[in-house]
Amino acid sequence: MSIAVRPGRTISSTTIVFAVLVLAIVAGTIITAVNGRNFFSVGNIDNVLTTMTILGLIAVGQTLVILVGSLDLSVPFVVSLASVTAGGIMAGQTGRILPAVLVTLLIAAVIGLANGLIVSYLHVHGFIATLGTGLILAGYLASNFEGNQGAAPRAFRLLDATRIGPVPIATLIMLGCALLAILMLRRTRLGHHIYAVGGHAEVARMSGVRTATPIIAAHVICTVLSAVAGLLLLARLGVGQPTVGSQGGYDLMSIAAVVLGGTLLSGGKGNIVGTLAGVAIFAVLDNVMGVMQLNPFLKDVVRGVVIVVAVAVYARREIDRRPARFGSASPIPQEVR
Amino acid sequence: MLRVRDVTKSFVGNLVLRGASLDVHPGEVVGLVGENGAGKSTLMKILAGVHEPDAGTIEIGGEPVSFGHPVQAQQAGIATVFQEFNLLPERTIAENIYLGREPRNGRLVDVAGMEREARSLLEGLGITGLDPTRRVRTLSVAEQQIVEIAKAVSLDARVIQMDEPTAALADHEVALLYDIIGNLTSRGVAIIYVSHRLREVLDLCRTVTVLKDGEQVDTRPAAELDEGTLVRLMVGRPMSSFFPSARPGTQPGDIRLELREAGNDHVDGVDLALRAGEIVGVAGLQGSGRTELLEAIFGMAPLTRGQLLIDGDPVTIRSPRQAIRSGLALVTEDRKATGLALQQSILDNALGVVRSVFPGRTPAAQRDVPGLLGSLSVSARSLSQEAQFLSGGNQQKVVLARWLTTHPRIVLLDEPTRGIDVGAKHAIYEVMRELAAEGVAVLMVSSELPEVIGMSDRILVMRDGRLAGELPAGSTEESVLALATGVDEVAS
Repeated sequence: MSIAVRPGRTISSTTIVFAVLVLAIVAGTIITAVNGRNFFSVGNIDNVLTTMTILGLIAVGQTLVILVGSLDLSVPFVVSLASVTAGGIMAGQTGRILPAVLVTLLIAAVIGLANGLIVSYLHVHGFIATLGTGLILAGYLASNFEGNQGAAPRAFRLLDATRIGPVPIATLIMLGCALLAILMLRRTRLGHHIYAVGGHAEVARMSGVRTATPIIAAHVICTVLSAVAGLLLLARLGVGQPTVGSQGGYDLMSIAAVVLGGTLLSGGKGNIVGTLAGVAIFAVLDNVMGVMQLNPFLKDVVRGVVIVVAVAVYARREIDRRPARFGSASPIPQEVR
Repeated sequence: MLRVRDVTKSFVGNLVLRGASLDVHPGEVVGLVGENGAGKSTLMKILAGVHEPDAGTIEIGGEPVSFGHPVQAQQAGIATVFQEFNLLPERTIAENIYLGREPRNGRLVDVAGMEREARSLLEGLGITGLDPTRRVRTLSVAEQQIVEIAKAVSLDARVIQMDEPTAALADHEVALLYDIIGNLTSRGVAIIYVSHRLREVLDLCRTVTVLKDGEQVDTRPAAELDEGTLVRLMVGRPMSSFFPSARPGTQPGDIRLELREAGNDHVDGVDLALRAGEIVGVAGLQGSGRTELLEAIFGMAPLTRGQLLIDGDPVTIRSPRQAIRSGLALVTEDRKATGLALQQSILDNALGVVRSVFPGRTPAAQRDVPGLLGSLSVSARSLSQEAQFLSGGNQQKVVLARWLTTHPRIVLLDEPTRGIDVGAKHAIYEVMRELAAEGVAVLMVSSELPEVIGMSDRILVMRDGRLAGELPAGSTEESVLALATGVDEVAS
């Protein structure tokens, strides 16, 4: 017996995100031109890519955590902690770069492990679990570090200063991490199980998936990527700053970028490519608003509108699943009296 | 091949299974019937590895086995297709079938190979045209069931348990399922078939085991059984009283609800008149627009064309709230998703609609609730028990109570007895007759033809979003099917 293939494929949310991104770039080009500048100038592209790099790294990690059905609110404090830890250990000496990076990433992994264990074994929702660990880190940072910490040696600062063509090395690191994450999601069991656990943990369990593993792995990867972001910020600023993460608002901005990229906040559906497009939209918006010299509060208003409108569009698509049988073919609708 | 001996199981001191036994041979279909609460689900879940038995033995091929986890049952060769599917809607067919066992090429998942295997698996079941890269969310219920069965086959299951497999299927999909079951048994796979549809059980199964109150009442070859005997074994009530007849003095009165050339995106050109005191059945294949018709009347997908009249007055209904205010009630087909607030108490559920739409009537309704639940014979510990802990039949009765507290004049029922036991079905039929006697107009959508024929004063048949015709009470199943499929003769 054969089953008829039903027509009516809906546009994927990734397509919509990219359409919005193209729209933002076109609008940005025009607005920048009106202001007498070139959007595609090397300096401007560099600005957009730099903005994308830090948020991109964190948002890639956040995508994994959201896909598995959790959330990570501790990321800004991990960023800050990475920045001050690595800065302190390096203390301006080239020979200490490697140990500083390793120790920083290890600490981040331990924080992620703690997050993952709390979520998977204590059954505390990620929102609360990472709010808690985030608060602990915030308190630790505030009570132990005041002002700038240590210094990045010149060799480490080159990470931020070097470019291959117009693309900063830091951005390439971000894109490399994103590629690995894409490969992981598409082609490893871990990736498949991240989707499965986020989609329906009980279904995954009944199929023999160990549900704790993907949750812990996603949390560890997320904090490690946040630490990489912290290291790149150290390379950019030259000194470790205990408030660099919280000032960036990376917790909520990364979640916004993930959701803007079409990933379901409840998990189980979404992808990294969409997230990168979401990050790019924010970066282009920021850049254009910078060129326009917009009031910073108005910037937040624009970001807020973009997030709400995007999610409202996705929600509408979810509702309109059932194709109309008589909608298009029928005459002009009459009012029912 | 599978021998179950004297299995008992109790939950918090409540003995739900007292010494059930079951024998399953390769390539046979074994029917498992009984009212809800008789212990069928518990026995299934024990065989599926969800619960562990308190006592008794399970042997597969002579080897005693015990399962602490569903995966162990699967590895031992028992796969289960539950009524609520264990599928991930956002993942593809192939990903669902091989979840937890994704084939790998070195370290990486072999996605292409996985899709190829899924395709040949489906083709092995006689299914072509189902693309393994489709997301499960886009599949019909029947197609999702096929995916579940394919998953069971891919596990090399020797026994496949099916829980109410036809509950959500239209008749032509049931035929497809029968084909698949035939295909499986010819390969030596045994099926444990749990269903409330006794005719199906008798048609399909070689032997039938009847459970009642956790005990095995009887196991007999299906050839020695008929529906009447089965019902008697299950409930101790003869078949003749299964569909209660109309209360004496029930007469069709004035027209309560009328549609003239009504339509929206999903239904079109609907003309119907529903009179006070009438029970009108709506039959049709899955996807013929039956549910959509009820949703259009109830304002969930408001009518965009034609007229809707209540008691002769034109009314515009743009939302369920307006519908309720106009005296309508809708019992939806999915009680867990749209019928009940599962985490609320029975009382809060029974008052849910009254509180939000007619707050002034809440105190009076609250006084009525205990009596109403009593007359529906809801068995529950107390009014404060959460709805999620009730059996399906009792949940459905609470759904009815939720609407009856609004004193509706027009009641729309969508699959009112889906997946509930014979006793609860009977209680719901009695309620429908009682409503009709009180002058309420009842419109009932059902996939179970005996129910439509047994309960309806008239039968409306839908096809492709339109009313295909009307049949009088007592029509044959064949005539209903002929109208529903649009062919003159139904080949079976």
